[in-house]
Amino acid sequence: MPGKLKVKIVAGRHLPVMDRASDLTDAFVEVKFGNTTFKTDVYLKSLNPQWNSEWFKFEVDDEDLQDEPLQITVLDHDTYSANDAIGKVYIDIDPLLYSEAATVISGWFPIYDTIHGIRGEINVVVKVDLFNDLNRFRQSSCGVKFFCTTSIPKCYRAVIIHGFVEELVVNEDPEYQWIDRIRTPRASNEARQRLISLMSGELQRKIGLKVLEMRGNAVVGYLQCFDLEGESGLVVRAIGTACTLDKLSSPAAFLPACNSPSKEMKEIPFNEDPNPNTHSSGPSTPLKNQTYSFSPSKSYSRQSSSSDTDLSLTPKTGMGSGSAGKEGGPFKALLRQQTQSALEQRGGSPHRFCRRREFPFFTLTAFPPGFLVHVGGVVSARSVKLLDRIHNPAFVGIMGNTRSYKLLDWNSFNSDEPETRDAWWAEIRQEIKSHAKALGCHAVVGYSESTSICEEVCILSASGTAAVLNPRFLQDGTVEGCLEQRLEENLPTRCGFCHIPYDELNMPFPAHLTYCYNCRKQKVPDVLFTTIDLPTDATVIGKGCLIQARLCRLKKKAQAEANATAISNLLPFMEYEVHTQLMNKLKLKGMNALFGLRIQITVGENMLMGLASATGVYLAALPTPGGIQIAGKTPNDGSYEQHISHMQKKINDTIAKNKELYEINPPEISEEIIGSPIPEPRQRSRLLRSQSESSDEVTELDLSHGKKDAFVLEIDDTDAMEDVHSLLTDVPPPSGFYSCNTEIMPGINNWTSEIQMFTSVRVIRLSSLNLTNQALNKNFNDLCENLLKSLYFKLRSMIPCCLCHVNFTVSLPEDELIQVTVTAVAITFDKNQALQTTKTPVEKSLQRASTDNEELLQFPLELCSDSLPSHPFPPAKEHLESASSNSGIPAAQRATSVDYSSFADRCSSWIELIKLKAQTIRRGSIKTTVTVEKASPVGDGNFRNRSAPPCANSTVGVVKMTPLSFIPGAKITKYLGIINMFFIRETTSLREEGGVSGFLHAFIAEVFAMVRAHVAALGGNAVVSYIMKQCVFMENPNKNQAQCLINVSGDAVVFVRESDLEVVSSQQPTINCQSSCTEGEVTT
Amino acid sequence: MTSELDIFVGNTTLIDEDVYRLWLDGYSVTDAVALRVRSGILEQTGATAAVLQSDTMDHYRTFHMLERLLHAPPKLLHQLIFQIPPSRQALLIERYYAFDEAFVREVLGKKLSKGTKKDLDDISTKTGITLKSCRRQFDNFKRVFKVVEEMRGSLVDNIQQHFLLSDRLARDYAAIVFFANNRFETGKKKLQYLSFGDFAFCAELMIQNWTLGAVGEAPTDPDSQMDDMDMDLDKEFLQDLKELKVLVADKDLLDLHKSLVCTALRGKLGVFSEMEANFKNLSRGLVNVATKLTHNKDVRDLFVDLVEKFVEPCRSDHWPLSDVRFFLNQYSASVHSLDGFRHQALWDRYMGTLRGCLLRLYHD
Repeated sequence: MPGKLKVKIVAGRHLPVMDRASDLTDAFVEVKFGNTTFKTDVYLKSLNPQWNSEWFKFEVDDEDLQDEPLQITVLDHDTYSANDAIGKVYIDIDPLLYSEAATVISGWFPIYDTIHGIRGEINVVVKVDLFNDLNRFRQSSCGVKFFCTTSIPKCYRAVIIHGFVEELVVNEDPEYQWIDRIRTPRASNEARQRLISLMSGELQRKIGLKVLEMRGNAVVGYLQCFDLEGESGLVVRAIGTACTLDKLSSPAAFLPACNSPSKEMKEIPFNEDPNPNTHSSGPSTPLKNQTYSFSPSKSYSRQSSSSDTDLSLTPKTGMGSGSAGKEGGPFKALLRQQTQSALEQRGGSPHRFCRRREFPFFTLTAFPPGFLVHVGGVVSARSVKLLDRIHNPAFVGIMGNTRSYKLLDWNSFNSDEPETRDAWWAEIRQEIKSHAKALGCHAVVGYSESTSICEEVCILSASGTAAVLNPRFLQDGTVEGCLEQRLEENLPTRCGFCHIPYDELNMPFPAHLTYCYNCRKQKVPDVLFTTIDLPTDATVIGKGCLIQARLCRLKKKAQAEANATAISNLLPFMEYEVHTQLMNKLKLKGMNALFGLRIQITVGENMLMGLASATGVYLAALPTPGGIQIAGKTPNDGSYEQHISHMQKKINDTIAKNKELYEINPPEISEEIIGSPIPEPRQRSRLLRSQSESSDEVTELDLSHGKKDAFVLEIDDTDAMEDVHSLLTDVPPPSGFYSCNTEIMPGINNWTSEIQMFTSVRVIRLSSLNLTNQALNKNFNDLCENLLKSLYFKLRSMIPCCLCHVNFTVSLPEDELIQVTVTAVAITFDKNQALQTTKTPVEKSLQRASTDNEELLQFPLELCSDSLPSHPFPPAKEHLESASSNSGIPAAQRATSVDYSSFADRCSSWIELIKLKAQTIRRGSIKTTVTVEKASPVGDGNFRNRSAPPCANSTVGVVKMTPLSFIPGAKITKYLGIINMFFIRETTSLREEGGVSGFLHAFIAEVFAMVRAHVAALGGNAVVSYIMKQCVFMENPNKNQAQCLINVSGDAVVFVRESDLEVVSSQQPTINCQSSCTEGEVTT
Repeated sequence: MTSELDIFVGNTTLIDEDVYRLWLDGYSVTDAVALRVRSGILEQTGATAAVLQSDTMDHYRTFHMLERLLHAPPKLLHQLIFQIPPSRQALLIERYYAFDEAFVREVLGKKLSKGTKKDLDDISTKTGITLKSCRRQFDNFKRVFKVVEEMRGSLVDNIQQHFLLSDRLARDYAAIVFFANNRFETGKKKLQYLSFGDFAFCAELMIQNWTLGAVGEAPTDPDSQMDDMDMDLDKEFLQDLKELKVLVADKDLLDLHKSLVCTALRGKLGVFSEMEANFKNLSRGLVNVATKLTHNKDVRDLFVDLVEKFVEPCRSDHWPLSDVRFFLNQYSASVHSLDGFRHQALWDRYMGTLRGCLLRLYHD
């Protein structure tokens, strides 16, 4: 009996009127956990009942505690007929199960009904008494912490990063059970919600067990997804990274970074199996059908991808084996071997975990310094599968014979089902692994998996970034102390991760290599694509920007195998085009690397959609990207040539404009320094060529030569023309706006505290007449662009701000419908400070030199320009600017050349200054409202003597939500547990609820509200790493019906404003949610 | 390509004050978009009309969802669905309950019933305020009326507590409720020159002095818990006012009163002769208004009578406001020197308020 769950029902408020006669409600509450149910008394005739129940006690196994949600049902008592349900609250009690997190769940929860939405609120208190359990063979994994955050959580330190954990569970979807025909939609929805809640609980517990086996204590980057496979069932799957975390008592710095290769290292022969299993949509095959002439010698940006079906219909081309040669840097080999052994070591434990060892994957996207040694490039794999329920005879059995409505019994039937799905994913992961090997990497970071399902076809996708990791973090204990020390002797360089991990003479794909622009010692590629966040120590020039590639492909409607074949035939072309688009757009922006790349391929009845999002940046270590050249097919036609050169000019202008916009002005480096020891003659020609690109004589360029180096777009038909046009039509965000899909915007460091998380959904209906690929592409492109424009407009009051973590999701709910869902967060930043931080490294070093000479600083300069989020005491703007423009010394330095003895004083005075500023801003806004009022016809009569209305102090605590892992200007002091919620909403009165928009708007607002309420009840004041993983919307306007499923997750946290930490006179803004909630109870 | 669905939901609910005003003013989405275009917002932001349309729709949808909560403002504070900073909540409420001067003048003193609601069409055409906005304002009046109708305690406090309005707006609503309850006639042509502010001022004085609540505040027996109503005029008081009749019915008393006032004001009043000539008429007018207040019909006509019997005669003789003040002060005070008159307290309660009202009503 390892646990006692205690629940108390305190009160309700704002209940709906259930008895029309009296306009009141006779409410009571059922509290259910597992198979035990308790009831409160009926509180007669009130919309704000005060039950104040006793403590309901459930004595349960901790296994159940993990799996089961606490289910609270509010009902209206009816003497003569059946009691009417008002709504339910599901509470996941998992956060109460680990010691450091929440100790009590207490607060107002919205009462939710799948048909009516939120109907009032209920105040509940939940506690858990856990007994120590020393049973070795336990099935529960209480105590393992889960984080959605894809980096090491802020107040923890990673002792060991163990590696990949995955699990999936399968069940029959209640919506497709026979019983669904006779039960109400409400019952069906609730069955589904409950089932998914149970399945997530079980999944989490199982993953926890695996973590315990690995001797870890936490899962970071936990990503759980649902596959609604329809008739064939419901799959809940999760991946994550097992870690051993240590709570940081004080924000101590991480261990020093060590990522510099050591030359003295003894050469260690290193052999690797060739990978005959690697399948790839080789770049050579599809080229002929393309309108683009893509130079084959061009780097394929090191993205090896593959698409195949289980039907083995696509010819599988082998890819060059990525065996690391003897010439490969000896240190690399050593590292590789160490990583390998580190990864293998863990697998040495029980045999059931042997499979996991095969996959050295990490779902993290940001790492402790020194963890990431080299990055190879993006690896991805896709596979088309047919969902087939006939494989599961047990299904039929339970549907035909069992009358009882039993959902939990997944062990009794379809027990082979998880195996099938497991095998599918294992196959894909195997492929990812071999791709990584081909890139000379032993690990995959920023790893994620996704599916797209349409009818019975399912595309499984996985992608990540091949990388070489520092084995130190992967092993138990301190094994290789000597290596560590040697590593640490070398100065850490900021460019290490850019250096190629593979052998340059035996490259897995054609690529241009140059010597690193930073250290001049190691080779780097010309472009780098990754799925991870920008490493914090990377040197970036200018700012980054969101880059998207959008693509539609029509597909014939087909059934089953024919359909799967058609899809798998299209996939390589999609991948190729998406990639080309990304590359073009990247070059158009004058940048050379992509971070956070996410390619989503969505399958619909009659089309495939591809959407790739990434954040482009200019990495200082990589070479300057060449321009884009346009070449025509018919060089003799004069007017055509003119047109071409016009286009070329436009492109060149755009590139120049973008460079200015994103402040990309890399330091000039003379050719000799870079070029000298490059062995390949090709490289030399490339360098020469890139100079000629800037000239206007591009049309005369011989294609046969051009193919070798510069990026040439060949325009031979209207299709290609369209593409070039679409390149140029991408409108940059309005001034004051930046956007990226990574955690933070490269080049902006001075965030202010205002954040606004939002979700925006758009659905468009395509007119069936113009369904050509081009029209489709245009529609899709417009949809995305307009959506972005709308966001910029809506958030204009926050300027200057940056949209971070912009996450687009595309789905094709019906034949002619395209749905795009965007979730992102807008964060404001201080513009003046932004100017200061955009210094090129050269400038920085110059500054350092000059300040060293002057000996004015008692601090190193970096302290104020880098580590402090903003400047300690900004003098008047004009003064700063004039000072810097006059003397040529950047403003930051000016300000720092002041005595630092009273540093702390200055800090606090700076905070006051900020506060003052905030006040004046507020005052300013009042002024504007007053003028508006005067202009209105209301007349001054109503606004005389405007006194503060009595509702100034709200009783609902503010809960922030953000998809980022941090809150700007604040410090996360505690992680309270994972939030993972699944809701269904259905309506049979769509018109009355304001149509589809009204329906979904209300639902999403309700979902936010429920997330906030749960966080507040845990004692938290924010959700970080929030993600809306699913938003499935279906409508039937003819029947006036609609249904929507939403799945969200994130980490509940407590944060404290940095200003409050420093200034003593703070008003404890953190945990007063609860007290204010109880206040609310009194006032009602 | 048509947009089937287009929504934006922020964790903090976005409120655009300008769009809120347009919504409150009852403009349709199309009209609102047109008005916003005219405001030059497209040029300022570089947005397109489609963006504006989508943005306006979004805001309208949000406001529509918020409207249910605005009907009971405390709900807006406690609800969990929309996360809105307190200052914004206050703004939403204050603006929602704000009303147009032109509109309130039309319905002030009318019964807040279905019948009046039917006339909103005409009011809308007459005032140029959209029907939708008229309905909102009317429903606000009615809702506040319904909620505070049966309540004890201060009218203003009750309104403030249940609708979380600013002090000023709560006072205005108290006046509206008071006028609606007592059905004072305000629509006559003669009264057109009066603003809502004038009436609200009078209402406040009357609530403070002439209602049951005004008496209840006196430290009588705390256990009796008499109806502490601010809405209804004190019936007993109105009954007692009949006693004032003697001031004009008794010829000696009237003459004495006149001579007292004249002596005191001689040389101080620019319009002394006119005052002297008109004294009996004015006094009769003011006292008769008091004695008639037992009839509901005459209560309703209170303001018509005051304007007819006092404001208009003085105005036709071009009394300056200062002279009116001198006169009224002296007129009220002199009664204390009338030995034969025993209802001094009653007179003060009546005249104190009336003096305030008349001074406010006396303007062009």
